[in-house]
Order: sequence, then structure tokens, then C-alpha cells
Amino acid sequence: MKNSISKEFYEYKHSRMRRAEAKHGLLFILPWIIGFLGFTLYPILSSLYYSFCDYSVIKMPVFTGLKNYINLFRDSTFLTACKNTAYMIILGVPLTTFFAIAISVILNSKRLKHTSWFRVIFFIPTLVPTVVACLLWIWVMQPETGVVNTLLGYIGIKGPGWLASPAWAKPAFILMMIWTCGNAIIIYLAGLQDIPESLYEAAEIDGASFLRETISITLPLLRPTILYNMVTLVIGVFQWFAEPYIMTQGGPNNSTMFYSLYLYQNAFTYFKMGYASAQAWIMLIVAFIVILILFKFLKFGESNN
Amino acid sequence: MKKNMTLYKMGVFLNKFILYFILVFFAMLYLIPFFFLVMGSFKTTSELFQIPFRWLPRQFNFNNYRNMLNQIPFLNYLKNTLIIVFFSVVGALISNSLIAYGFARLRWPGRDKVFMIVLATMILPYQVTMIPLYLMFTKMHWVGTFLPLIVPQFFGNAFYIFLLRQFLAELPKEITESSRIDGASEFQIFAKVIMPISKPVLASVAIMAFIRSWNDFLGPLVFLGSDKLYTLSLAASMLKSNYDPNWDLLLPLGVVMVLPVLILFFVLQKYFIQGITMSGIKG
Repeated sequence: MKNSISKEFYEYKHSRMRRAEAKHGLLFILPWIIGFLGFTLYPILSSLYYSFCDYSVIKMPVFTGLKNYINLFRDSTFLTACKNTAYMIILGVPLTTFFAIAISVILNSKRLKHTSWFRVIFFIPTLVPTVVACLLWIWVMQPETGVVNTLLGYIGIKGPGWLASPAWAKPAFILMMIWTCGNAIIIYLAGLQDIPESLYEAAEIDGASFLRETISITLPLLRPTILYNMVTLVIGVFQWFAEPYIMTQGGPNNSTMFYSLYLYQNAFTYFKMGYASAQAWIMLIVAFIVILILFKFLKFGESNN
Repeated sequence: MKKNMTLYKMGVFLNKFILYFILVFFAMLYLIPFFFLVMGSFKTTSELFQIPFRWLPRQFNFNNYRNMLNQIPFLNYLKNTLIIVFFSVVGALISNSLIAYGFARLRWPGRDKVFMIVLATMILPYQVTMIPLYLMFTKMHWVGTFLPLIVPQFFGNAFYIFLLRQFLAELPKEITESSRIDGASEFQIFAKVIMPISKPVLASVAIMAFIRSWNDFLGPLVFLGSDKLYTLSLAASMLKSNYDPNWDLLLPLGVVMVLPVLILFFVLQKYFIQGITMSGIKG
């Protein structure tokens, strides 16, 4: 009898505690719930609705079905923006990744000492405010008075017009992308430190060279980190806005008209909010596909357990 | 045998030499833009446009810096930036630590599913929500004030929630047990037990929020409107977009904008690296 009372009491108390805990949990995340509803969910849904509308801010949105999406694929500037963005993803992202991995592997090599200062040097460009980085690169890339062409001149190469030339403007942006890859380097270094030392020791006994170790041990084990960084870069390229906006305004001849810049122009220069929203949704879908690919390669949740 | 050994040693030395050479070479290339920025900030306009390019200014004086203070409302831009940065950091610290506590230390039905939604919002490009937010803030008469840049910071950021949750979830359960038996409320436990030991990760969040807000360009561009409210970044881009930009003012402005971030980095390096590493590896 006594026993059952205490059991009942225990269950009662326990469920009350659990309910109290649940109540507190919701109370603590309340700011997120409000923010999610107001600043994320509502905007997502209205953006989706606007993407099917003709909406120029001054007039109410008028539902036009798929018209924005159809028009986008007939819009030559949009197609150019897609092509330019693809160029950066296909060329810029692998080049940046290659460079970041190469530097990280060298920095991580236990044959070298005093690498901490190099880490700092490769990292600090990421701290430069985007606007300042843009101002800097405008000058660094000047055809006649720029540092890059001056340096090239020392070794007898006449540098191109960079930002002023339709063919060289995008490579100039890739150089800038490489300059700001310090975040990726830090993440690669952390990934490299997770690779067990014993693997390298075993390889050394077998007489493997540095290059051989890198190809057979480092790169395969670094794969999750590589994919994480690459996807971050890809998403970054899609959202790339300040750089082309400040440095080139998409020129010369639309050669640096990137996805987000055209989206911004549609929304805030031409006030075609519906059209720009459709563009944002295409971007979201492509970004989503990229993330799915990431999860597939990472085999999310399997590797760490 | 002896000959082989010397060959081997020479090989090791050569290997090392090549690796150092690569590092030094690229490190110099990486530093050149900084060198140019600092040197350029002392050059006169005609020196900047001079052909051929010269690495050093003819003379070092602070005329450009003085002109920057006098010819543009620099202090006003700085004040605007600091207001936004301050409230963004405070908002990020308060909201995200509360939210992360709710996800990491309390059990409630559906918690893990909701956390998946938090993670999913991390990959949401800003471009999707930007347009409706602009329209919404316009209706609320918030465009042309600091509010669109500050208020959302008080309602959590998926990335910071993720970072803080990682940290809080790894703290042992025992540390809160005794306070719970003493009858401390959940909020007391949060404020008096959990927050003090979370200082390192809070520092990382504060630094990231500072940098993000100090460097932000798109947000101020879309929401601020009037030039009385411009931040340093926005002011710099507007100065640049003039038909004939005053480069002798822009380069000193650039130096002044980079400097606080670099100082902060050198003082608090550990927390910078920790924040980035946590995001990349545990992700």
C-alpha cells in the first residue's frame, strides 16, 4: 500500500517535472520561434508567392503563374549571370580548394617549424571588410599602375587589363577568392590534425614520399572536410554580391554579372520584386541540390559514430 | 652507406627548403595588398595614378587621414557602425545562448526535429528572405532606421545556436545537478552556472557577430537609405561609386576599417580559430 502510493507520487512528480522541463525548453527557445516565424518562415512563403507574381512595389502583386520563371530563361542577362556563376564554380572553386589544401598540407607538415606566423598571414585577408578588400583589389589589379602587373613586369610578362577586360575580369575575381580562403585553411588544418599520426609513421617505414603520403593518406581522410569547404565556397559564389557590385557593377560587357548581383539589380534597381524572387527560388533549389550532394558524399551521421 | 646517408640528409634539407620557399613566396603575395593599402593611404592622388608604379609614398604624413576626418562625416559613420555592431553583438549573445540552452540542456518532445529546422535555415540564402523582409520593414516604417539590422539579431542565428549547442551539450550533467537539488530555477541555473563556464565559446560568438556586423555591406545597403545613417562600409562604397572617387580619402578609410579587426584578432586569436574550427569539423 505504502509502496504504491510512493510509486504513484513518484510518477506524478516525475511527469510534473518533465512537463516543467518541456515548458522551460520552449520558453528558452521562444526567441528563435518568434524569429523563425517572423524573419524566416513568413519571408520564405511570401517570397515563394511573389515569385509567381508581377510585383513592382507601388502596385499590389498580381498573380501571373510561371511567367517570371519562363521569362528568366529567355532573359539573356540572366543566362549570362548563370554562365558567369558556373564559371566561378567550375574554375574558381576547385582552384581555391587546391590552393587551400596545398598550403594547409605544407603548414601541417611536421618537418617544418615556425608555421604559426604563416597561418596568421594566410588567415588575415578574411578579416578585411569586403568593401575594403574590393577597394584594394581595384588598385592591385590596375592595368598600368597595379601591383600585380608591376610584379608580372619584373619577370617580363605584360599583364592583362584584369577588371577592365572581359576575358580577364573573372580570373581577377578568382585571385581575390584565393586571397580570402583563410577560413578554409583553418578548417583544413583542424581536419589534418584529426588524421592519426600512426598512419604516417607506418607509411614512413614503408619509405613513402611526402607526395605519396599526401595522395594515399591525407586526401582520402580529408574528404569530409574538403566537401564541407567546397560546398561553403559554392554557396558563397551564389551569394557573391558585394565584390562585383563595388568593383565592376557587372561589367565590362556583363562579364562579371554574377547571380546575386543581377538578383539585387532586379529587386532594388528595377523594382521587379516578383522576378527577383523567382531568381532567389531557383538559387535556393540549386543550393539545395548541392547540399544533398554534400550529405550523400559525407554519409552524414555514419562517419562519426 | 655513408654516401647514402648524406644524400638522404640533403634530400630532407632540399624538401624542407622547397616547402619553406613556397610558404614564404605565397605569404609575401598575401601581404602585398596590405602593404599597398598602408603605403597608398599616405600617397597623394597624383602619386597613386603615377606611371610607373612606386612602392613607397614620396613622404609620410597624415594629411590624407586629416582630410578624411574633415571632408567626410567620418565620426558620424563610425558612430553608426558602432551602434549597429554593439546591439548586434549583445543581441547575438543573449538570444543565442538562451536558445542553445533550450536545445542542449532541456528535454522536450520534438526537440531534435526542431533542431533540424534550425540547421536547415543555415543553408537558406539571404537572397530568398531579403526581398520580403525589405517589403515588410518598409510597411513597418523601419527602412531608414537601424532597426532592420539590429532587431533580427535578438531572435537567434542558426550558426551561433549550432556553435553554442555543441559546447553546452558536451558539459557534464552533474554540474547543474546540485543547483537543481538546491531548488534553483532553470533561469538561475542558466545564468549562474552555465553562462560563466561558457565564456570561451561566448567569446567566439561575440567576435564572429562583431566581424559580421562590422563588415556587413548588403544589409546596410538595402535597409539604411539616408546617408546620415551610413555605416563605414556603406560610406566607403558610396564614395567609391562617385564619378571621380577621392582615392586619397578612401585608402586611409580602408586602413581605419581594417585596423580594429586586426587588433581584435591579434589579441583574441584563440577564440577566432576556435569558432571557425568548431563550425567546420563538427558539422
